[in-house]
Amino acid sequence: MSRCLAERSIDHVLLERGEVAHSWRTERWDSLRLLTPNWQSRLPGFSYDGDDPDGYRSLPEVVDFIAGYAKAISAPVRTHTTVTSVRDADAGYLVRTNRGDWRCRTVVLASGACNIARVPSLAARLPASVASLTAQSYRNPAQIAEGGVLIVGASSSGTQIANELQRSRRAVTLSVGEHIRAPRVYRGRDLEWWMDAAGVLDERYDQVDDITRARRVPSLQLAGTPDRSTLDLNVLTDAGVRLVGRLAGVTEDGKAQFAGSLRNMCAMSDLKMRRLLDLIDEWARANGLDHAVEPPDRLPPTRVEEAPPLGMDLVKSGIKTVIWATGYRPDYSWLELPVLDRKGYVTHDGGIVCSPGVYLMGMQFLRRRKSALIDGAGDDARELSAHLAAYLDNAAPRLSA
Amino acid sequence: MADSSSTVDNGVHVQALLDARDALTKAPQAAQFKWRAACEWKNGTHSHSTVESFYGLGEEQHRKTTFKFDADHPEVFASADKGATPVEFVLVGLASCLTAGIAAVAQNRNIQLKSVTATIEGDMDLAGILGIDSEVRNGFNGITVKYKIDADAKQEDIEALVAQSQKRSAVYDIVTNPTNVTVQVN
Repeated sequence: MSRCLAERSIDHVLLERGEVAHSWRTERWDSLRLLTPNWQSRLPGFSYDGDDPDGYRSLPEVVDFIAGYAKAISAPVRTHTTVTSVRDADAGYLVRTNRGDWRCRTVVLASGACNIARVPSLAARLPASVASLTAQSYRNPAQIAEGGVLIVGASSSGTQIANELQRSRRAVTLSVGEHIRAPRVYRGRDLEWWMDAAGVLDERYDQVDDITRARRVPSLQLAGTPDRSTLDLNVLTDAGVRLVGRLAGVTEDGKAQFAGSLRNMCAMSDLKMRRLLDLIDEWARANGLDHAVEPPDRLPPTRVEEAPPLGMDLVKSGIKTVIWATGYRPDYSWLELPVLDRKGYVTHDGGIVCSPGVYLMGMQFLRRRKSALIDGAGDDARELSAHLAAYLDNAAPRLSA
Repeated sequence: MADSSSTVDNGVHVQALLDARDALTKAPQAAQFKWRAACEWKNGTHSHSTVESFYGLGEEQHRKTTFKFDADHPEVFASADKGATPVEFVLVGLASCLTAGIAAVAQNRNIQLKSVTATIEGDMDLAGILGIDSEVRNGFNGITVKYKIDADAKQEDIEALVAQSQKRSAVYDIVTNPTNVTVQVN
C-alpha cells in the first residue's frame, strides 16, 4: 500500500509497533516456512530473484524479504510506535501512539488477521498439571515437556506442530475438526502454481456466491516442507499421531470429550480436495497442458480408525501439554470507530470500510481469494489506493471550502 | 447449472430458508428457539409423548396438529411393545434429520433427487443398561447410516450432499457431541 500511495504522491506514514515484519519476528514457531513458494511473493515492483523459486522461505528469510521491500521502496516506517487509539476527528482521524499523535484524512488498517490466538473457553477446564500453549506461543520441541501432547486443530498450524512434536518423540494426539486437505505438489507443479494459473486465487469477492462463507473457509492444510512433500493426516498417522474428533468438552474431572464426527470431517476434506483437483484437471485440459505435466493422480482417502476414541482422561493418558491451533482473530482494542460487527470484525466492502477514508487490508478473501497472501497484497493495494486517492480528491474541495 | 434451477424441485423452499438465514443474521434474538415435548407414563415401560408448541422468532409457536408418540420396549424385554423403544426414536431423529438435510442441500445445489432411502443401525451392549458391566456405556457404541440415493448428479456430488448434510444436522451434532442435561423434579 505504501508503494502504491508513493506512486500517487500521497503523503503517508507507516506505524509499526516493533520492527518491520514484527509478527514474523516474534509470533511464529522457529521451523515455520512460508506456505507459498518463493516465486509467488510478488509485490509491486519487487519479486524473488534467487535460484530456488520453488522453495519456501524460512522465518528469517521472510523477515529479510519484507524488511528488504520496506528498504527498496523507502517506506516511511516509524518503528517502535504503538497505536493506542484511532478515533474520529475533524474531517479525518486522530491516531494516538506511544510516540505522539497523528491527524490524518485516511487510515489503512493493515494490522493483520492473526493478532490473537483463538482459544475456546473450555481451555479453562484443563487440569492444572497440563500446560497450555497456542500455535502463536509455541516455538520448538524444547519448550514442550516429554510425554503426551494434545494438539487441537488440524489446519496448517496444527498439522505442522503435530508433525514436529511427534518426530521429536512426543506422543501426539491430534483433535481434528473442519480442515481442507491439499497435496503440496500436484502433477509436478506446486498446488499454489495451479491455483494461481487457473485463476482460483484471483477469484473476486463480488463474484463468489456467498462471501461470508468464503471468508470463513479454513486455510488449506499446506506446509512449506523443504522436500516439497505433502503433510496430511495420513502422513501424520504413519508417523504415529493419533487422530481424534473435534474437542467437544472437558469434564470437571479432566476428561477430554471428542466429537464422533471425525469420519465426516475427513470425508468432507477429501471431497473438497478432489473437487479442487478436478477443477485443476479441467483447466489443464482446456489449456492444452495435459501432456506438458504429469498425469492426474489422487491421494488415497484419509484413514480413520474403526472407532476413534471419544474421550481421554488427560492426566492418566500422560498428556502434559495442550496446544491450541484453533485459529486467530484480529485485535481491534485500539480502534475507536463504530465499524465493528457483533463478532468484532471490521465491516467492509472489499476493504472499503463504512467509515469514510478508512481502508482494510490483509484479511481472508478481502477482495480476492489471495488477499491474505503476500502475493495478494499488490492487487488489493492498487485498487484500494485508487479508491483512497479518489476519496482525497473528492474530499479536498469540501475541506478547503 | 443455472439453467436447471427452475426445474429442480425437491419440495424444499430453499429461498425461504435463505431469506430466513438473512433475517436471523440481522436479528440474532429471533434465532433463539426452544423445542419441546411432553411425556406421560402409561404403564410398565409404555409412555405417551406429545409434541405441539415451540418457541422461536421471538414468540410462542403453535402447530395445527398435536403429534403423538408411544414408546415402549419389545416383548423380549417382557414389555407390551406398544411403541418403538426410545433408542429407536433417536435413530429416527438422526435419519430424518440427515435426510431432510440432503433434500435441502440438493435443492440449494440444483440437484434433482429421485429417491433417497436410508437404513440406520445402532450397536448396543446391554451389559451397560442392565448394570452387568460398569465399563460398558448405556448408549450406542456406534451408529451406522446407509444411504441409497438416486439423483441427477455424479457420485461425488451425491457424497458431498451427504457430507454437507451431516455438517449442518442438529441431531448429528446432538448425537456426536456432549450436551449438558438438567433433570428437575417438581
